[in-house]
Amino acid sequence: MQGYFWFVGKRLLQLFAVIFCGISATFLITHLSPIDPVEQVLGRLSARSNLSPEAIASTRAALTEMYGTGQPILNQYFNFWTRLLRGDLGPSLLAFPTPSMELVTRAMPWTLGLLVTSTVFTFVIGNLLGALAGYNPDNRFFKAFGLIAMGVQPIPYYIVAFILLIIFGFLFPVLPISGGFAMDVRPAMNWQFILSILQHSLLPALSLVLVGFGGWFLGMRALVSNVVNEDYVTYAGLAGVKKQTIVGGYVIRNALVPQLTALAMALGGVFSGTVITEQVFNYPGIGSLLIDGVNYGDYSLVLAVSTVSITAVALAIFIVDLLHPLLDPRVRAE
Amino acid sequence: MFSVFRDLIRYNIEFAIGLILVGAVVIFACLSYFAPVDPTLIYVAMPDQPPSGQYWFGTNSRGQDLFWQLSAAFRNSLIFGITVAVLSRIISITVGLLSGYVGGWVDRVLMFINDIFVAVPIFPILVLFYFVLRNNMDSFTLALIMACFGWPFDARLIRSVALGLKHREFTRHAVFAGMSTPKILLEEHLPYVMPIVFSTFMANMLWSIGLEVTLAVLGFTNLNNPTIGTVLYWAISHSAIVVGVWWWIVIPVVLIVMTFLGLFLLAVSMNEYIDPRSRLRRMGA
Repeated sequence: MQGYFWFVGKRLLQLFAVIFCGISATFLITHLSPIDPVEQVLGRLSARSNLSPEAIASTRAALTEMYGTGQPILNQYFNFWTRLLRGDLGPSLLAFPTPSMELVTRAMPWTLGLLVTSTVFTFVIGNLLGALAGYNPDNRFFKAFGLIAMGVQPIPYYIVAFILLIIFGFLFPVLPISGGFAMDVRPAMNWQFILSILQHSLLPALSLVLVGFGGWFLGMRALVSNVVNEDYVTYAGLAGVKKQTIVGGYVIRNALVPQLTALAMALGGVFSGTVITEQVFNYPGIGSLLIDGVNYGDYSLVLAVSTVSITAVALAIFIVDLLHPLLDPRVRAE
Repeated sequence: MFSVFRDLIRYNIEFAIGLILVGAVVIFACLSYFAPVDPTLIYVAMPDQPPSGQYWFGTNSRGQDLFWQLSAAFRNSLIFGITVAVLSRIISITVGLLSGYVGGWVDRVLMFINDIFVAVPIFPILVLFYFVLRNNMDSFTLALIMACFGWPFDARLIRSVALGLKHREFTRHAVFAGMSTPKILLEEHLPYVMPIVFSTFMANMLWSIGLEVTLAVLGFTNLNNPTIGTVLYWAISHSAIVVGVWWWIVIPVVLIVMTFLGLFLLAVSMNEYIDPRSRLRRMGA
């Protein structure tokens, strides 16, 4: 048990290091760049309206105070962290004066729901089928499946999402292709609303599953086909251990350990995939927020989305890592 | 080297298919050096012409000949992918070999940094870079940024090989013969990790070109520079499918799928070749 605590402690340290470095990087990128957020906002404001020079000057002073860009960079950095720890990243310009953190927390459930369900589903199904394919290398069905997985897997997210959009949006318009729920449904906890959410999330989730599935399938198939040839599997077979026990307890369990590590490493990529999916299907999550923020030049919103997403991905990796010792007792004993 | 190549083509159908696909795309991309038109100019041909004898791939709504446009786009994207792959390979070889061979606290520090880089999601950071650099972000800057994030996974792989090499006899001989550490790493150990470097090279190109496509279709790169992503961006912003200019979408998508499938097959088959067990199984020896 002590080994497990050491393991958790080490991972916890790493978690904080990742979050600290990631967020510091976002700060440095935004604050060391030659482009001043105040001037950007002013440019946007004065492009649309006719402001007097005095008004521009006072807006500039107000914005400089709001962003705190007049101070030395170290002060800014400390201010940034103290404010961040209170969960305050300033008002969003996109929806002034709503705090940008509030916009992020509003969008978060959509992204989380889509991401968690599709990732878990992809991981479980992909690995299960991959394991069966590796265990039965001569099965025709699995061979065909492997070919399909190989063909779909390398195609970039965007293309797959776009092809789905064309198929289900233009050729066979059966599924809704845009939004989080139907326009005429009121957000409340009733069947109609939930059904509408499910219906709208089907296509985005399908694109995520299609893209992610192949990698797990192929990886697991390769791993299992190696594990099957290990001596202990042959021995268990000769000793008359039931086939289900061999597949579930010996083969899959051992092959799953590297796959779990791969899952932790893939999460960052999965997140970037969601951003695209949300953009393509106009889903009201964090990715759409990020893109809107960039397009409107909304400084604090972009900062908020990046800090939250870096923290969330790091946390998710941490959680997956904690599952590791459950599968692999060696990690516990170390 | 050549016999390895011959073996791969003969015994590994995936490698052969991948080679044909990538070869076709590379030849197509190289044609752009003989292009009669400048791909950055717009309205030089009649817009919205379907594929014909004069315009093989048709023309788009911006008045560009799609054949030359796509050829330049694929050249730029491939060069971009190769740049990222070369730069990140340099980092990953250095970190991997050093960390595996030297060991001790060097290893621990390098791997700690490595793990941080693995966990930081790159997409928000790339978007952030675009956000502050805007149109100053050219494709070399983007390649440089991506290279800084594309090495950690492969560095770990190389490290694990280097760890094994460290205790082999020839390494000891080299040490006793008075070879310096950099020399051992470059002359003795590097050849052993080269197969991994090649296979991860392809995988890295897939990753970087895919990310570039992603960024470009969202409009987050320099849109005047023709790449695979920007061609799609313009097609979508002109609603090519709705308007009925299907060739503007379909032809690039087919070519993209060819490129990605080809690179993926090359990476997978090389990976398989590295592992002697699966190589023997395939050759039936």
